[in-house]
Amino acid sequence: MTGRRSFWLFTALAFGYAFLYLPIVTLIVYSFNDSRLVTVWGGFSTRWYAELFRNEQILSALWLSVRIAAMTATLAVILGTLAALTLVRFTHFRTRMLFAGMVAAPLVMPEVILGLSALLMFVTLEQAIGWPPGRGMTTITIAHVTFTSAFVAVIVQSRLSQLDVNLEEAAMDLGARPWKVFFVIILPIISPALIAGWLLGFTLSMDDLVIASFVSGPGATTLPMVVYSSVRLGVSPQVNALATLIVVVVATGVIIAGWLLHRQARRAGR
Amino acid sequence: MPQQRRDPAILEAWQDPDARPFLEIQNVTKVFEGGTYAVDDVSLRIYKGEFFSLLGASGCGKSTLLRMLAGLERCTQGRILIEGQDITRMPPYERPVNMMFQSYALFPHMSVEQNVAFGLKQERLSGREIRSRVSEMLELVHMSEYARRRPDQLSGGQRQRVALARSLAKHPKLLLLDEPLGALDRKLRERTQFELVNIQERVGTTFIMVTHDQEEAMTMSSRLAVMDAGRILQVGTPSEIYEYPASRFVAGFIGAVNLFEGRVVTAEEDRVVIQSDDTPGEIVMYHAHPLAIGTPVTVALRPEKLRVMDEPPSDDRNWIQGTVREIGYLGDVSIYHVGTDRNRTVQVQVTNRARRTAGPLTWDDSVFLGWDTDAGVVLTA
Repeated sequence: MTGRRSFWLFTALAFGYAFLYLPIVTLIVYSFNDSRLVTVWGGFSTRWYAELFRNEQILSALWLSVRIAAMTATLAVILGTLAALTLVRFTHFRTRMLFAGMVAAPLVMPEVILGLSALLMFVTLEQAIGWPPGRGMTTITIAHVTFTSAFVAVIVQSRLSQLDVNLEEAAMDLGARPWKVFFVIILPIISPALIAGWLLGFTLSMDDLVIASFVSGPGATTLPMVVYSSVRLGVSPQVNALATLIVVVVATGVIIAGWLLHRQARRAGR
Repeated sequence: MPQQRRDPAILEAWQDPDARPFLEIQNVTKVFEGGTYAVDDVSLRIYKGEFFSLLGASGCGKSTLLRMLAGLERCTQGRILIEGQDITRMPPYERPVNMMFQSYALFPHMSVEQNVAFGLKQERLSGREIRSRVSEMLELVHMSEYARRRPDQLSGGQRQRVALARSLAKHPKLLLLDEPLGALDRKLRERTQFELVNIQERVGTTFIMVTHDQEEAMTMSSRLAVMDAGRILQVGTPSEIYEYPASRFVAGFIGAVNLFEGRVVTAEEDRVVIQSDDTPGEIVMYHAHPLAIGTPVTVALRPEKLRVMDEPPSDDRNWIQGTVREIGYLGDVSIYHVGTDRNRTVQVQVTNRARRTAGPLTWDDSVFLGWDTDAGVVLTA
């Protein structure tokens, strides 16, 4: 009986994993394909990786994406932390419910709508005050910050709400002024959540195609945009190699973020 | 049990009308949002070197009062003065007051040493000064060998010591302790009671402790205040509060008590004669202040003040008859619950002088209980 059940459980699990990861595994395997034809196996080779690193267009897109992602993650951590502090510490202000809802809204809002509304805002702003001038790196960064800071706020909020209020009171009681309490007590204690939030923000920004497509302009082509357009022109095995690298980087980021959050949850539970 | 040996000058400070109080709480009131009175018009005078306890059930306002002293809670009304200086509006980081939190609130990302040094660093003392004070404090609480540990590597008792060292490190004029022993197990709690009193004597700081444990308050304090519903019901030394409770609530809150309801029938100069439905004869008690005839009163008698007798007293006063219903053997003493023929249960405590497996009394024994005229108090509130 148990043998049967574990057999079925095992099969279901295997199907589940296959469903999730077979496409990615296929992609990774074919990135080492020697053949120019993406779907025909022509022996093992790393030539597409070498070619990828000679591809100026992809490399500059990668550099742009990394810069946008780093900037986005940093700004999102600052804004998200401020929002989380407001939500956790100031429990009695008039529009608190509205604010809490609006902080979380980008989590469930379709990207298409986020992208479109950001584009409309930038166009209106440019006509009204002349800033931002045109669309490019700045507008992509701003649009990315709006939705990634929501994720950061959620992560930091959950950490802050576990924080003993007495710690802050004790620090003040021992003579530390409120700003000092924030930098010397609160910030170090929630730092794992900040790092996790930064990594998540970086990854989300690196991944994003939809919003970036709406708000980017000439000369600002992010990596996902390059990949998408090159796939439409006919898949080059270089894209497989690039995708493999992205998967590796993103997976590493997510794993580190998850590990940090897990460790902090375990500490808090003690 | 720790008993404070005290400087007689300190002991009498609160009886001396000319003595300047160290801490004055004047008509302090705290109203929380929604209109609940957490602290209601409390006034207290506390003298230098005292170990003062605020005693009450949870929600009586004692912690709120303590937090107002620390500056963590604003007073809705009233003033707080330390050595004549008004600190009512002073933020917590400027007050010469430190607090030991019930949860200890040790900074988890700092070592024991860094925790103790935190307050000193805020004062911008020199590195050498800080180091010497930290080691002095850790020695005081016997935690020197744990200086480099982090709080999560310590046991509950060790954390408690670190919290105490941290709150004393700045040499505050006043130390506030919020249920300092609440998180410890019973054995450790009793040992720590001693230590805390010893440390207080050595450093000479004025301590104000909040506790819900009446035994703790009794054994550690020079004086204590019993609080209920945001008000102070009585202030006094432990023995004053135990022997001369001012009201039925205080009598019942501190220790066990037997209460007999009655009315004054004869008032003499320093005695009252009381007619009670709870006792077969009249009750005669000492009472310093004259009471009008007919005043409804309550006679409060502690279980250890009752006497077990073989027969009713010849003068038919101060006695009661009943049957032993339950026996609680505590080793040194036994507590008997005696059901009277008037449907009351009376507690009697008898010291077990002789060693024997069964006490002198057993279940369903019929007993007579008596007491002296100065064994209890007559309460009108």
